[in-house]
Amino acid sequence: MATETIQAQSLAERFGASGGDLPGAGVAWLTAMRATGLEQFAEAGLPTPRLEAWKYTDLRVLEKMAFGGAAETGAVPTIDLIPSLLPDAAGPRLVFADGRFCAAVSDVGGLPDGVMAEPLTAVLERDPSLVEDHLGRLDSAETDPMVALNTALMADGLVLRVAPGVTLEAPLTVIFLGGQAEAAVAYHPRNLIVLGDNSRVTVIEHHAGIGPGTYLANGATDVHVGAGAALSHVKVQAEGADAFHLAAMRARLDRDASLESYSLATGARLSRNEIAVRLEGSGARCRLNGAYMMRGTQHCDNTTVIDHLVPDTACDEVFKGVLDDTARAVFQGRITVHPDAQRTDGNQSCKTLLLSDGAEIDAKPELEIYADDVKCSHGATVGELDAEALFYMRSRGLPEATARNLLIESFLAEALADISDEDLRSALLASVTHWLSKD
Amino acid sequence: MSSLEIKNLHVNIGDKPILKDFTLSVPKGEVHALMGPNGTGKSTLAKALAGHEDYEITGGDALLNGKSIVGMAPDEIARTGLFLAFQYPNEIPGVSIANFIRAALTARLEDGEELDAAQYYKTLYEKMDMLKIVRKFTARSVNEVFSCGEKKRCEILQMAMLKPEYAIMDETDSGLDIDALKAVAEGVNLLRSPERSSLIITHYQRLLDYIVPDRVHVLANGRIKRSGGKELALELEKSGYAAFAEAAA
Repeated sequence: MATETIQAQSLAERFGASGGDLPGAGVAWLTAMRATGLEQFAEAGLPTPRLEAWKYTDLRVLEKMAFGGAAETGAVPTIDLIPSLLPDAAGPRLVFADGRFCAAVSDVGGLPDGVMAEPLTAVLERDPSLVEDHLGRLDSAETDPMVALNTALMADGLVLRVAPGVTLEAPLTVIFLGGQAEAAVAYHPRNLIVLGDNSRVTVIEHHAGIGPGTYLANGATDVHVGAGAALSHVKVQAEGADAFHLAAMRARLDRDASLESYSLATGARLSRNEIAVRLEGSGARCRLNGAYMMRGTQHCDNTTVIDHLVPDTACDEVFKGVLDDTARAVFQGRITVHPDAQRTDGNQSCKTLLLSDGAEIDAKPELEIYADDVKCSHGATVGELDAEALFYMRSRGLPEATARNLLIESFLAEALADISDEDLRSALLASVTHWLSKD
Repeated sequence: MSSLEIKNLHVNIGDKPILKDFTLSVPKGEVHALMGPNGTGKSTLAKALAGHEDYEITGGDALLNGKSIVGMAPDEIARTGLFLAFQYPNEIPGVSIANFIRAALTARLEDGEELDAAQYYKTLYEKMDMLKIVRKFTARSVNEVFSCGEKKRCEILQMAMLKPEYAIMDETDSGLDIDALKAVAEGVNLLRSPERSSLIITHYQRLLDYIVPDRVHVLANGRIKRSGGKELALELEKSGYAAFAEAAA
């Protein structure tokens, strides 16, 4: 074994590689992909602000830490520990604890024909060819180090395939639980979502800390939305206080495809949610919205990269955040309109409310436009709660805390206002209210 | 005791004294007008009574039904029974009028009590019909992209829903065309009752054609210079405030 390989292996072991055999060990293409991922990670190391994409989020904090893999016989959470965004939801549910699939508390019965929703481990065991065409195929030449690490060590995650023309009525919920283990644990969930032409599905991705443990959740999601298909993706990030949550979604959209992504982040010591979308077919459109609320010393990074590659595509982004204490947030939003992408319609806005002098937002909107018939707008604002509006509300009898919370809720609501499923929208707004009540 | 009683009130903005030994009493059931040139402290009185922190009460007292409101938080003053209709009502983006008024009413309930939603909307629509406000108004964000007339009507609607014992209307007529002025005045008149009193702050006599006051007071240089019946307003319309400005100098 070459020295570099040994070094890479020992590096990987600090991030959970010791957690037993990785699935798909005998699958040649996967083994090769893992090896490449490991090499790339070993070469790049942990991202630092020297990398433009990680300008404001420094992962060197992980350098001195060591994470074990999830134990083979990790504790399976009982059903009452599993958070539920929609209490009455009867839709299918996949639960992962410390990155491992928990069949006992999952429910994927009753899926309609043409919908496959399974843990990655099961698919790799049964028929790896089902994921071969899509898994990790969107990593660009400049692969992100943490995605590379995920590729090297991915163990489990959601595989969702929907056949052409099929609509899944109830949302599919995927729950990732962490923080149960006493020792620091790292896991690298890898999800794959492939929608056939003209299919429709809503996926709720819920990350929650259910114990005080330290953990690194380093997820990656590959998405392919076929022609005329629509994916609605709602993500709740409520990781534990000592969690590191990293997530990268790479999506490719065909003609007239639509991706709607809404995220609500309140958890983790450090989190990053990166979404990269390639609009590859005319008429394709994406909406990437996010709301986040951070306090204490939390750090929250939202990074989006949208490539308009063909004519007549559209994107819309609204990110709204509330920061208290010395919390810090990052918004990086790059929209690239490639030379052929005439009649692109792009809108981006990033608004932040700072509730204390010590809070900080670094916003970096970037528009790169290489076509001439294009409508693009972007704006970033930072403000405090409007003192006069607060006085006005209090002059009607609203106690100060009520008035403040109402202003904060209504501020964040803009990012969630376009969620068409009313129950889902109400549930997310209720999470906002809940966060405010914990102050 | 059933009155808004302002006794020898001194109010500063920063280090600058604005109200100096201001005394005024508005008994329950009466409508008083407070008139005066610009910059004499009319709006200062309104904001100070409502508890705005930028307006420092350095002396004197203000009592609602015999209870001092000096030093109370703005929301406490409101719940004690004072309502201020703003000259420039603030925008509350994202908060609908219906939700805003409901929150204000809920704040007045005892712990554990809940507002009956059906009854709430019934009352809200009654008041809106009374003020000739269209129903879809309730879904709009408070004061956001409202015309001046809409903002003032929204103030009167809130007043009608909250039913304060004492209302101060700060230049409610400013920026209104004659139709909006009439509508707002009608709203105020509909709320006149022996249980309620109002202090109408205005620069012009015009509004008082529609809301006929029981008493008129003239404020200049931080204190009341003259008080009289409704005919005083007409007199001022003719002679202007020049006499008072000179007296102040």
